[in-house]
Formats: sequence, C-alpha cells, structure tokens
Amino acid sequence: MLPEVGNFSLILSLFFACCLAVVPIIGYWRHTPILLSTARPLTLLMSCFVLVSFIVLAIAFLTDDFSVLYVSLNSNSKLPIWYKFSAIWGSHEGSLLLWVLILCGWSSVVALKSHTLPKEVGPIVLSVLGMVATGFLLFMLFTSSPFVRDLPNVPVDGADLNPLLQDIGLVIHPPMLYMGYVGFSVAFAFAIAALITGNLNSSWARWARPWTAVSWAFLTLGITLGSWWAYYELGWGGWWFWDPVENASLMPWLAGTALIHSLAVTEKRGVFKSWTVLLAIFTFSLSLLGTFLVRSGVLTSVHAFAADPTRGVFILALLIVLIGSSLLLYALRASQVKAGVAFGVTGREAWLLLNNIILTVLTLTVLLGTLYPLLFEALDLGRISVGAPYFNTVFSPLALLLMVFMAIGPLSKWHSTKPSLLVRLCVWPGVVSILLAGIISYIYHLGGMAWLSLSVAFWVVLLTCKDWFIKVSAGSKGIIPRARQLPRNYYGMMLAHLGLVVSLIGILMVSTCSKETTVKIAAGQTVSFAGYQFTLNQFESLKGPNYVADQADIAVYQDGKLVAQLKPEKRFYEARRQVMTEASLNAGITRDLYVSLGEKLNDQAWSMRIYVKAFVRWIWFGGILMMCGGVLSALDKRYRARVEGRHA
Amino acid sequence: MHPIRRKRIITIAIIVLVLSGAIGLVLYALQQNINLFYTPTQIASGEAPKGVNIRAGGMVVKGSVKRDSNTLFVSFNVTDFKRIVHIEYHGILPDLFREGQGIVAQGKLLPNGTFLASQVLAKHDEKYMPPDVANALKQAKGNTPSKPYNDN
Repeated sequence: MLPEVGNFSLILSLFFACCLAVVPIIGYWRHTPILLSTARPLTLLMSCFVLVSFIVLAIAFLTDDFSVLYVSLNSNSKLPIWYKFSAIWGSHEGSLLLWVLILCGWSSVVALKSHTLPKEVGPIVLSVLGMVATGFLLFMLFTSSPFVRDLPNVPVDGADLNPLLQDIGLVIHPPMLYMGYVGFSVAFAFAIAALITGNLNSSWARWARPWTAVSWAFLTLGITLGSWWAYYELGWGGWWFWDPVENASLMPWLAGTALIHSLAVTEKRGVFKSWTVLLAIFTFSLSLLGTFLVRSGVLTSVHAFAADPTRGVFILALLIVLIGSSLLLYALRASQVKAGVAFGVTGREAWLLLNNIILTVLTLTVLLGTLYPLLFEALDLGRISVGAPYFNTVFSPLALLLMVFMAIGPLSKWHSTKPSLLVRLCVWPGVVSILLAGIISYIYHLGGMAWLSLSVAFWVVLLTCKDWFIKVSAGSKGIIPRARQLPRNYYGMMLAHLGLVVSLIGILMVSTCSKETTVKIAAGQTVSFAGYQFTLNQFESLKGPNYVADQADIAVYQDGKLVAQLKPEKRFYEARRQVMTEASLNAGITRDLYVSLGEKLNDQAWSMRIYVKAFVRWIWFGGILMMCGGVLSALDKRYRARVEGRHA
Repeated sequence: MHPIRRKRIITIAIIVLVLSGAIGLVLYALQQNINLFYTPTQIASGEAPKGVNIRAGGMVVKGSVKRDSNTLFVSFNVTDFKRIVHIEYHGILPDLFREGQGIVAQGKLLPNGTFLASQVLAKHDEKYMPPDVANALKQAKGNTPSKPYNDN
C-alpha cells in the first residue's frame, strides 16, 4: 500500500510543479498579483509531496519491503541500517528522487526568503525552478519510478547494495554533490528571471551571489568527498582518475567558480552583465549534462549504471529543451543590455575577466576530452578512450596560469590600478617565491615542473598575505579592529584561494614524491620499502554482517619502531557474489602508508600493493578550506534582507 | 582610441591568446594520448598497429589463465568468439577479473602478436559488460557470414 502512496504523491507533486511552472508566469504577463502570489504555496506543496515520496521510499528500504523492485535490487535484509538508508540513492531511480528532493529543498528556501525580493522577481524565480522540477518529475514518473512493484513474485531477499557503495563516503558524497549541482539551478532561475523581467541591472547579481557561493561550497565538498572515497575505497591509491563522471562534476565546478567571480564584477561594477547571465545558464546546463552523462550510460565509466536508451533520450530531450529555450530567451533579451562602463586594463575587472576566460577555456578542454570519444564514435572513426595524460597535459599549465593571476587580482583596485604600483607590489614576492621554491626543489631533487608549481604556491600565499596586511595597516585604527572590519566576503575569498594552494601542494607532492610497489608476500615475511619495513604477521578469516573476508595483519616499522598496524581485507559479498578489496591506511600530515591486497597466489602467498603517498591529505584539506571560504562569503552581512528598500 | 573599443580589442586579444594556447595544448595532448580500441579479430588480422599504445578487449578464455609461481607475471587469452589474442601482464589483476568475463586491457602489441598489457580493467559490477567488449562481440557475430576474407 505505502509504495502506491509514494507514487501517487509523486504524481501530485508533478501536478503542483506544472501549476508552478505556468501560473506565476501568466500572472506576470497579465499583471495579476493574485496569480503571482500562488508561487509560494505551490512551491511548498510540491516540496511537501516530494518529501512524502522520499519518506515512503525510505520506509520501504528500512522495513525491507522487497516487493518494491528498486528496494529488492539495491538492498538486503543483512545490510547494516545506515547503508539501507543510503541505498536510497545507491542507484538510478532513487538518486533521481534525491535530485528532485534537493531541488525542492532549494526552491522552498527561496520561497521562504522571497519576501526580500521585489514582488514579481520571487514568483518568476520559483516558476523557473518549477519548470526544472516538472521536467525531472516527468522523467522519473515515465522512465524510472522507484516505486515499481515486483508482484506477485516477491523475492525472499534483496540483491544487496553494490559493495563499493557500502561505505561512509558514499553515504554523504551524493547528497553533497547534488546540493551543489542543483543549487546552481537557483542562480540559473535568477538569471532567467532577470531575462524575463528585462531587469538586467546589477541587483539580480546581488541576489544570486550568496546562493551561488553556497552551492559552490557544497559542490566543492562533494567533489572532495568523492576523491577521498575513491582513494581509500578503490584500492588503487589514486585520488582523481579523469573518469567521465568525475569530469561531469568538475565542469560545473569550474564554470561555477567563473560564475562566482563574474557575479562579483556584475554586482560591484555593473559590467559583464550579459556574460554573467550566459555563464549562469552555462553552469546549470553543465550540471544537467553531468546528470545526463552519468545516467544515460553513454560513456564508459565506473559510475555507469545499466545503459537504458529511453532514459538517455529523455534526459537529452530535457537538456535540449531547457538549454535551448534559455539560450533563445538570452538571444532575444540580452541584446537590450548596453555596453557597460569602460574599465582600465589593469583594474580588478580586467583580472577577473582573465579569470573568467581561463576558467571557461579549462571547462571547454575538459568538456572536449570527455565528449571526444563520443564524437569519435559518432563519426565512425573507431572506439577510443582519452586518458589521464591528455587532461594532465592540458589542465596543469592553464591551471597554474590561472593561479598566477589569482594572486594579483585582489591586489588591484576596481576600475583601474597603476601598472607601476602592481609591479612594485609583485616584484619581491615573485623573486622570493621563485628562490624559495628553487631551494626546496634542489634539496629534495624535484623536477622543473615542481619548481614552477611551488613558486606559484608561494607566490599566491605571499601576495595574499601582503594584500591582507596592506588592507589592515591602512588608516589610523589598530590592526585588529581593521582586520575585524574587513568583510566576511574578503576572508571567504582569502580562505578559498589559500585552500587552492594547499590542494596544489598536495597534488604536486603526491604526484612527484609518492612511491609504490607490488610484492608477493607470505605470512612471516618482511618487505623493506621506502625506508619502512612491512612485516606480515598472519592471515585471519573474518565474518562481517553481509560478507566474509580474509584479513592480513601487517606491522610497519621505521628504524625499528612500530609506526602502524595495517589490516587490509579481501571481502567476498555473498548476496552479489562479488569480491572487494578493502585497503588499509595509516594517515599522516606528510605521508600516508597505504596497503591493499591483490590476489591469493597460492596457499600461503598473496600479491600486495604498497604505497607511500606524500602529502595526499593536503588535497582534501585544501578542498575543505575552499568550501569554508564559500560558506563564509555567503554569510556576508551585505546579502541580508537589504533588498526591499532598493527596489523602488 | 575610444576606451570601450580599446577594452574590447584587448579583451579579444587575450581570448585569442589563451584559446590558441589551449588549442595547441589540446592538439598536442590528443595526438599523444588517444587509445584506439581493437577487437581480437582486428588484432589477429593485423589491423592493429604494433608498438603503439592501444586497447584490446574480449572475454577471457576459460582455462587460459597462467601464473608464474615466483613473480606476479600472468598470461591469458581473450576472444571475441572468433579469434584469440594472447595477453601478458605483470601485476595485480582487478577483483572482478575472472575466466569467462569481459575485460579491457591497455598496452602495446609486440611484434610476435602478443599483447603486453600495462593495465587490465574489469568493471566493478558482475553484470556489467564493458561497452567496447559488447560491441566487439556483436561485430564478430555480425561479420562472420558477410566478410569471409577476414580469416586470411
């Protein structure tokens, strides 16, 4: 009975979403305030019913209702309870429901905050979000309802959740990622509302800024978690694979980063207006494209679920309708925007323009690398794969270039800055960072690329600190009151920029100073590697809730002292008859010791991979700093309920 | 010059500069790092280039997996049920590598027709068949009657 309620509730929410997509727009068109005012209750109703559906599905999972096909395919009575809950988004149908739920969550927050917006903008924004929700609800109801029953042949037990997904990282990674993806729909809705109302002044940028910053923070956290999960769960010790699905999340992130910066320029200086609107459309389109790539199975990937052509076609159609209509609207309306005020070549606008150009180019190169195999196949040239070397070759130099300018931007002033002043500010930090990086590279025998990257890292840190110092030491008040006066926005930026540097150092060190080896090892044997002695004490058999495992007990010594006790496992999940490698690692600030079991070679010996990963934690710590930066800047006082007065 | 026009020219110049740099990098990288996929039939008939990084895939032939007792060396055959390719690999095979399962290997074709793999991929789902392999099997099936000259 309950699953039918869930499905019915989904249909009801579709009805409200359709109303939301149509009624407020008619209200705006006919100047009927009563129709405009329906937007808020409609949004909340739509969200309530989606929430009901989600709760129903959750109950089905938690009570092991295997008559529901989706539950029986992705859960098992022996599955631990928290994985039963996270199994909701373990596969296609449920993760779509999560997508829609999060979209509704964002819409509701916008609805509850809409009193701070001019009275016709709020309803139109909600209406645009309603259109997106309509598309996805239609998709879910027609091609992939999670409530389909498998009657009367109810299976005795479920097929279990994919063992790879039975992990804390996967409990939180998809919701965070989706919060980011879907959050960009709010910036998109503001942009479309600005196009519809024709008010392409800087006020829409101010409303969109905190939303964009928060979504960006979520996306950053989602990507960071995904990378961390891949690192310890896949057993290869890699933290980024340039897998199409990773790229699908990286592209909106890059575009979103560009959007954050261009929104700042549009809000403060009133330039780049039409570009910012286009970028908002572009960012959300990339989020949708990501969903399409992941869900349709057109690309080979570890994330690829079963390839179902009807689903792919549906999402593609949705993508074309959404992107096509918003670009059409853009083409019709954006020409009304007059060219903005002029700005100097060395003003902050110029640096941010450069930031946008490089980020856009980066996004396009990732897009090209991701879609190239599809293109190649469509032209019947053969089946290819574009590997990590392509992305590394193209991405690294452009990203380093971006970071060089990233340090200069904050130092320069709006409108224009004297070039001589900039040069004076930059000379010493430049010289110092190149020398310092040179010394470090020389001592540790790092290569030229490492020297370059380290120089960039020091350069950004020095200039960021210098900028802060200049700002707090100006004026007559003391340093601490001045420092407290600087807006949160500024500290958010500082934190995010420094976070990127921390990640850069991590990436650099892990790719140049890590060591790895593959050995054959039996109980009682010791292997010396990279200054550590790995002693395999014994093998044990274990029984988990839904698996059996072979566990190795390895003691790691350095200079005769025990530094770590590692217990890597090889698990066998009974329900799916699937083998899984569970790596074991000892985390540290400057290095991770990482051991994963290979195969059983004979009665005593196993093959084993040993990695010593230098500075790998820094990559994710940097990601967390960036996320904090995003949140901090969204909390800036300027965004709070100040809009009402401005609107007349 | 008018400041707005000046700004535009500089903007366009920067865009052209960054784009051309990026395009150069992209072309360079694409030239080096594209790995074409070849089916066992294509490899056996000599269509695949030797000594270049390529990918090959098919079903692992039952009973063909042989391991060295002292090192991590392993060899096996893959097939599209028409022709067979011998693959050699040094290292740890993925968890889902099993006889009768579809795999994709990346590596180089040696002059004697053996494929020396640098990486072996099996997908992390038992039901999942790598699309490349699925396609290869389909091709091998479809080609049998119409292209007899493949078996030269």
